[in-house]
Amino acid sequence: MLPAALRDAVLAGLVASALALPMLGFRLVDSATGLTLAGRFDLVAWAAGIVFCGRLVIRLLPPLPGLPALPAGTKNLRLGAGWILAVIALVLPFLPFADRNLVDKATLVLIYVMLGWGLNIVVGLAGLLDLGFVAFYAVGAYSYALLSQTFGLSFWICLPLAGMLSAGFGLALGFPVLRLRGDYLAIVTLGFGEIIRVILQNWQDVTGGPMGISGIERPSLFGLSFKAVAPEGHQTFADFFGLDYSADHRVIFLYFLILALALATNLFTLRIRRLPVGRAWEALREDEIACRSLGINPTAVKLSAFALGAMFAGFAGSFFATRQGFISPESFTFIESAVILAIVVLGGMGSQIGIVLAAVLLVGLPEWFRELQQYRMLAFGGAMVLIMLWKPSGLLSHREPTIRLGDPR
Amino acid sequence: MEYFLQQLINGLTLGAIYGLIAIGYTMVYGIIGMINFAHGEIYMLGAFISLIAFLAATTIGGTSVPIALLITLFATMILTSLWGWTVERVAYRPLRGAPRLAPLISAIGVSIVLQNFSQLAQGARVKPLPPVFHGGITLMEGNDFTVSLNWLQMVIMALTLVLMAGFTWVITRTSLGRAQRACEQDMKMASLLGVDVDRIVSATFVMGAMLASVAGLMVTLYYGVIDFYIGFLAGIKAFTAAVLGGIGSLPGAMLGGLLIGLIEAFWSGYFSIEYKDVATFGVLVMVLLFRPTGLLGRPDVEKI
Repeated sequence: MLPAALRDAVLAGLVASALALPMLGFRLVDSATGLTLAGRFDLVAWAAGIVFCGRLVIRLLPPLPGLPALPAGTKNLRLGAGWILAVIALVLPFLPFADRNLVDKATLVLIYVMLGWGLNIVVGLAGLLDLGFVAFYAVGAYSYALLSQTFGLSFWICLPLAGMLSAGFGLALGFPVLRLRGDYLAIVTLGFGEIIRVILQNWQDVTGGPMGISGIERPSLFGLSFKAVAPEGHQTFADFFGLDYSADHRVIFLYFLILALALATNLFTLRIRRLPVGRAWEALREDEIACRSLGINPTAVKLSAFALGAMFAGFAGSFFATRQGFISPESFTFIESAVILAIVVLGGMGSQIGIVLAAVLLVGLPEWFRELQQYRMLAFGGAMVLIMLWKPSGLLSHREPTIRLGDPR
Repeated sequence: MEYFLQQLINGLTLGAIYGLIAIGYTMVYGIIGMINFAHGEIYMLGAFISLIAFLAATTIGGTSVPIALLITLFATMILTSLWGWTVERVAYRPLRGAPRLAPLISAIGVSIVLQNFSQLAQGARVKPLPPVFHGGITLMEGNDFTVSLNWLQMVIMALTLVLMAGFTWVITRTSLGRAQRACEQDMKMASLLGVDVDRIVSATFVMGAMLASVAGLMVTLYYGVIDFYIGFLAGIKAFTAAVLGGIGSLPGAMLGGLLIGLIEAFWSGYFSIEYKDVATFGVLVMVLLFRPTGLLGRPDVEKI
């Protein structure tokens, strides 16, 4: 056993050194005479050594045990976990160790949780691969920013409008392409995401181009402003409740706002799964031909999932715009779509709690390592690969049929 | 007329590059049915490796440019294909038989890793290479516009033709190609008949990476600037080309690549350079609407 493992490890080390030789062994340096090379072969030796040891350890250690499979009939357990998570989320800003920084990060995680739940309708329930989800997020964000700046509409009026606009874009895009096979849908949505970004970047008159839109109006609570000084004819939140003004109020308010939006998304998903259209999504995901022969119109059913997912992305987008106060095309690159899709798939498709877990893991954790900026994305990509290799069907992938005829065996 | 001809030449050159990348997508998709998202990154690595190899070859003492380029070509093809092989071995092979989206997420992860790895290893600044080839031939002289075909464009087209011919020969005439076609039709049956499926899939990734690395070399020479981010957009466009030509079809990938190159060149030449990507995807959507299986794709019959 040992010689075989050793030979394997030596081979892996050799491959690693050949891989590292050009990319790590030489560094391209700009100099006065043009591009020159600088050698640093110690890095190659390091890479080969690390891979050699790693391979040896993997070969000699017994395979990693997977997470214990969730026993059947864990519905109550999951429900309980869901409630506990919801309560934790509700009291989080008032916990003693919760400072402004933590609440801010929790807000960011919740945005991704909401986006994940939105995309889950499309990918997890209806089984449509959408690689351009960020486009609808962008449409929502820009809709709010433009509506509020052009017509002076408040956040609460713009929110449904932004959702409707995003859903409209979803319908317009979905209508021609949803008749196609899954993989074509993937590339068309990917292309659509890029198109939206290119348009945002180049249509300077409307979108401000690469400079983006700044000074976006912040939301108010029933007309109570969160600014230090209230605008004409309004009261500030602090005055109304007789509190001292603090910038933390807005941070906490935004946190609860996104929590409410996210929970609404969740509730919507949980309920619609029990309706005929929700059942049709899942049926369509499992077997399209069977669905067609039962008289379900695949295009209409897919279109509804696509548009609803887009609508939630639109809501999340307008929240993002109002939270940041500034948006630019930079925030809506493909990598965002990839992160959201990764959250859905890593969480275990269709599992609402799994998505929360994955969002905390993928968005929350890296936020704490901001100082390691350079290595952050490297580790992020690596984590995506490793989690997939370890649990190919997601962290919480136990999938119960939502409806069953007769007693379960 | 002169302007049109010049755009045609530029478009064909660009299209040859896209076509070479697209073949990697279409082959992998044909055999294991996954979108190899990291393929654009392999092309980016090819560009970097070719630049490094070229500089190394000229530093060591190759004053003769053609010999240095020949060395570069082989070094790039070998080293980049090793990257392609490793990616498949590490990130995709363990996921064979996993749910359909698992390899895709893994591929996106690999793509992020490779991009950031190159950024860390080689820096984020663009890497300029002064032009290696000078001159060309003048095809046509108009009143105020000259149509020229430079040596590099000729080399790119010739090399693409040679590679395509060699590649077609491998697929249609050798036992490896026969095994690949068998795996494409029915992987389980092929393995029952004694085809080593893992080896064939590896070979497919190696071949795809080789072609992509040549595309990377061409881009390095043609545009003279590369950075760690070029793989993303080129990857999307090449995949678009593969879909446009009918995914799974090799001549389709080349045709799609040429079409995408032409659309881009003409759109930038006659309309606006900013919206050339929009035009590309617009054409893709139109084609898919009227020919859902791509230009040369076979309509897939669903059997129950």
